[in-house]
Amino acid sequence: MKVFLMYPDQDFNLKQSLPPNEASLTQDLELNTIFAAMALGDEFLFEVAKQTILSSLDAPDVISYRQEILKDCLKNPTIVREIYSIPIEVSKSKRQHWIGFSLRHPGGILNRSIAMLQLFIDPLKRLRRIADEHAEKFNSEGFTRFFALIRQELSDDYFTVVENHLKQLRFRSGVLISVQLGKGNEGVNYVLRKPNRLDNHWLKRVFAKKAPVYSFTLPSSDYRGASVLGELKDRGVNLVANALAQSTDHINSFLSMLRVELAFYIGSLNLSEQLIQQGGTITIPKPVPACERRHSFTGLYDAALALTMKQKVVGNDVSADNKDVAVITGANQGGKSTFLRSIGVAQLMMQCGMFVPAELFSANLCRGLFTHFKREEDASMESGKFAEELGRMSTIVDAIRPDALVLFNESFAATNEREGSEIAWQILRALLERRIKVFFVTHLYALARRAYDKKMENAIFLRAARQQDGRRTFKLSEAEPLQTSYGVDVYNKVWETDISNGLSSGSITSEA
Amino acid sequence: MLFPSILFKNEDDIKRQPVEESAFFSDLNLNQIIDSITAGKEEYNLNPFFYTALRAVETVYYRHEVMRDMENETLMEQIKVFAERMASVRRNLELVEKLDFNYHKKGWFLEATRVYCDAVTDLAHNLSQVNLKSRGLLAFREYVTGYVKSHGFQSLLAEGTGVKDGLADLQYCVIVQSGKFSVQRYDGEADYSAKVENIFEKFRQGAVKDYRVDLHKRSGMNHIEAKILDFVSRLYPEQFAVLDLFCADHNQFMDPAISTFDREIQFYVAYLEFVSNIKRKGLTFCYPQVSTTNRELYNDAGFDLALAHSLACPEMPVVCNDFFLREPERIIVVSGPNQGGKTTFARTFGQLHYLASLGCPVPGRKAQLFLYDRIFTHFEREENIHNLRGKLQDDLVRIHNILTRATSNSILIVNEMFVSTSLKDAVFLNKAIMARVIELDLLCVSVTFIDELTSLSEKTVSMVSTVAPENPAERTFKIVRKPADGMAYALSIAKKYRLTYEQIKERIKL
Repeated sequence: MKVFLMYPDQDFNLKQSLPPNEASLTQDLELNTIFAAMALGDEFLFEVAKQTILSSLDAPDVISYRQEILKDCLKNPTIVREIYSIPIEVSKSKRQHWIGFSLRHPGGILNRSIAMLQLFIDPLKRLRRIADEHAEKFNSEGFTRFFALIRQELSDDYFTVVENHLKQLRFRSGVLISVQLGKGNEGVNYVLRKPNRLDNHWLKRVFAKKAPVYSFTLPSSDYRGASVLGELKDRGVNLVANALAQSTDHINSFLSMLRVELAFYIGSLNLSEQLIQQGGTITIPKPVPACERRHSFTGLYDAALALTMKQKVVGNDVSADNKDVAVITGANQGGKSTFLRSIGVAQLMMQCGMFVPAELFSANLCRGLFTHFKREEDASMESGKFAEELGRMSTIVDAIRPDALVLFNESFAATNEREGSEIAWQILRALLERRIKVFFVTHLYALARRAYDKKMENAIFLRAARQQDGRRTFKLSEAEPLQTSYGVDVYNKVWETDISNGLSSGSITSEA
Repeated sequence: MLFPSILFKNEDDIKRQPVEESAFFSDLNLNQIIDSITAGKEEYNLNPFFYTALRAVETVYYRHEVMRDMENETLMEQIKVFAERMASVRRNLELVEKLDFNYHKKGWFLEATRVYCDAVTDLAHNLSQVNLKSRGLLAFREYVTGYVKSHGFQSLLAEGTGVKDGLADLQYCVIVQSGKFSVQRYDGEADYSAKVENIFEKFRQGAVKDYRVDLHKRSGMNHIEAKILDFVSRLYPEQFAVLDLFCADHNQFMDPAISTFDREIQFYVAYLEFVSNIKRKGLTFCYPQVSTTNRELYNDAGFDLALAHSLACPEMPVVCNDFFLREPERIIVVSGPNQGGKTTFARTFGQLHYLASLGCPVPGRKAQLFLYDRIFTHFEREENIHNLRGKLQDDLVRIHNILTRATSNSILIVNEMFVSTSLKDAVFLNKAIMARVIELDLLCVSVTFIDELTSLSEKTVSMVSTVAPENPAERTFKIVRKPADGMAYALSIAKKYRLTYEQIKERIKL
């Protein structure tokens, strides 16, 4: 019995290794805020959210498999949450019921398994009742298969047979075991036997030559001997104990897989409810294959920012189909980093089968997402800041493959502009020629200008807009790079002064 | 027929005493190497073999032949199977000594003979299928083939099979109740486990964990099991009478030449196993030419075997170095930046020669090495407070001892001699010592910080540790043959991180 709510044909592996840059992704994209909103304080939900979002899917059919299931969940949240409660209750009562069964002896394993199997019976029956009552409200391939499985495998008749055998397996009247001589004349091949029914053969027995039987009764003081007899019995029940314990494991793992695989959807429900409550919109994105180039969306916003501000935030509309690179310039605090984060988060959410915080969203899949963000502090004292940046870049180059997506946020600015631009340009050019998609937020005017002047058809230039009065709209629009990033505005705001910079205001007027 | 040894060409070699573990062993990290080679093979007591350097070129090549044969993976696997079985025979016989119950002891004795017969029969058969070239293994094959055909071995095999089959066919039933048990012949009772397994099959799909408890761990028999066996022997008296007879007839069944081979062949197994782990890191080994007269030496792509072994991570690169000496060159003087791999180079030189004198393949692509009479090393010693002579004097005493014992057939490895004294003294003393080394015509590697030593005579060759051109702080550990110098290079920082346009395109493959 398999749950298969995360993949059409395989279990979800909660222990699979995350991409090596998971720490950078989490930090740069502020993913912990998203995970926390999905978890609502539940550590397990947090773990599943983290695992799912960070391990992107490559296969479009698996993504749409999850999207369909997610749609069912968004339609039937109460039923889905009820199913999710079943494995949780089982694991609670498990903890209450059996501590103290020895797992070193088959006898102990057998008794523990019998007790456990009896405890599973009621929750499994409950699961079947839900399947009986609600199956037709679900349309996705995943849920349809799941409910059919439950109804087929867990019939009342089967429960009755199992319960009868659980009784017989207590062996109240002794154990019959056949044995052979192995190495060193020690007993081997202990096989549990069902005693021959004597009454069937009573006539034969009367005439048959009586077979010899040698018996031995232990003196009551022989505790050692009594425990040896216990071990002998253990040899006899070893296989049946194994069969029952494995059955227990299977049901147990079915229930825990149910918990794991539903956890992702429960987390998605939690997140969607919070975003919608704050006035945000969500949409099921349309992925296109990794070999294509698409990024077109309306109202894409940074979910982490919305969750932190607890209010609706500005969304962006961009149409960047057939573009390999987006260069983003413009005002400080103009929403560039927020925009870049929303691109990264949307990509991860899309590639794990979730909805995306936008009105409409379509993008190509990427084979690996990488972030190279300016770091405030240099963790290691040995290398300079620029060396540290290059070190991180080199690590990315080690791991990156064609059709990956890289988000640069003010990278290579820890040296003078000329050098930084030159190195950045070399890196950018090489990445593009290796079919890697790039979003580059930068203050390096020389870099942005150089790219713009090339008039590359596969490039789009976005700029953080600013109103005439210096207020920021946090909206990006398509525009050529400017010499300044309005640092003076930020300076003015912080120091509450009104210093003006001829160059920057001049170019704004001419632009507008 | 007699088979003397797979390790030694003639009787003289066998009688040679292992060298005492002297200073050069730890200086060259040879003890580490040998400990790693013999680890897990303590029962064979291989250390004496690895501590016995050969003097005869002939015996070195005798071992090369066997070693090359043993590089055949099929043969290696077969020898390992043989060794495991022989070990199992020994364990069984040790067990028999310790046991208490008659038929239990005899059961394990029977088992030992069974394993022994399998081991020897298979070995003889397998050797006949392998294309052998070495004189050693060819002679052994002839011996073992004859032994397997002998009457003694054949009767051990046939009788053992008969007894074992008779016992294995028996099946009996034990009925366990509380405080009581009965034993009777098996009478066709049905398998109950199979029935239960069938019912629960549906729930066991994909089960990975095996809950069957291993109840056989304790070999041995308690009084209850002995009682059961006693009942079984009364249920089936004929089969046990045959066992009694077999044990009496084959008291001493192991052949001494087979036992000796089993031990000695492990010399090759141990070394090749050790080497194969290192080869996995992309390093190569070769069979060196050896000579007791020719001092024109070379080694390509050699490396420090102890270092290669200790680098746990296979990705960590091990730096290989080359050297050669042409007439009249005798002395390699190594100078250059610290931490540049100078000591490692010197150790490698010593290790190569020692391993060659064991008849083993050595690190590198090819090698011509010298079959020395003794190796001496002079490495830095910790200051010893019980030694009142002081460090300088201690150094001098040690080198004096060495030079009085060394012959023109000896090898000397010197590592940073007289560092504790003033530069002026150090130059003077080192030059004086080197003059004696030159006079003795020793083969020598000397690691030093004194540039003058690199060009003392036509017998000296200068080699220098180098730095990476793009980052002088980073060592390449390459030691190259060139005059001593101290060049430093600088290159752009992006290049260092391999982030130029060309480098990135090179690193990311479409």
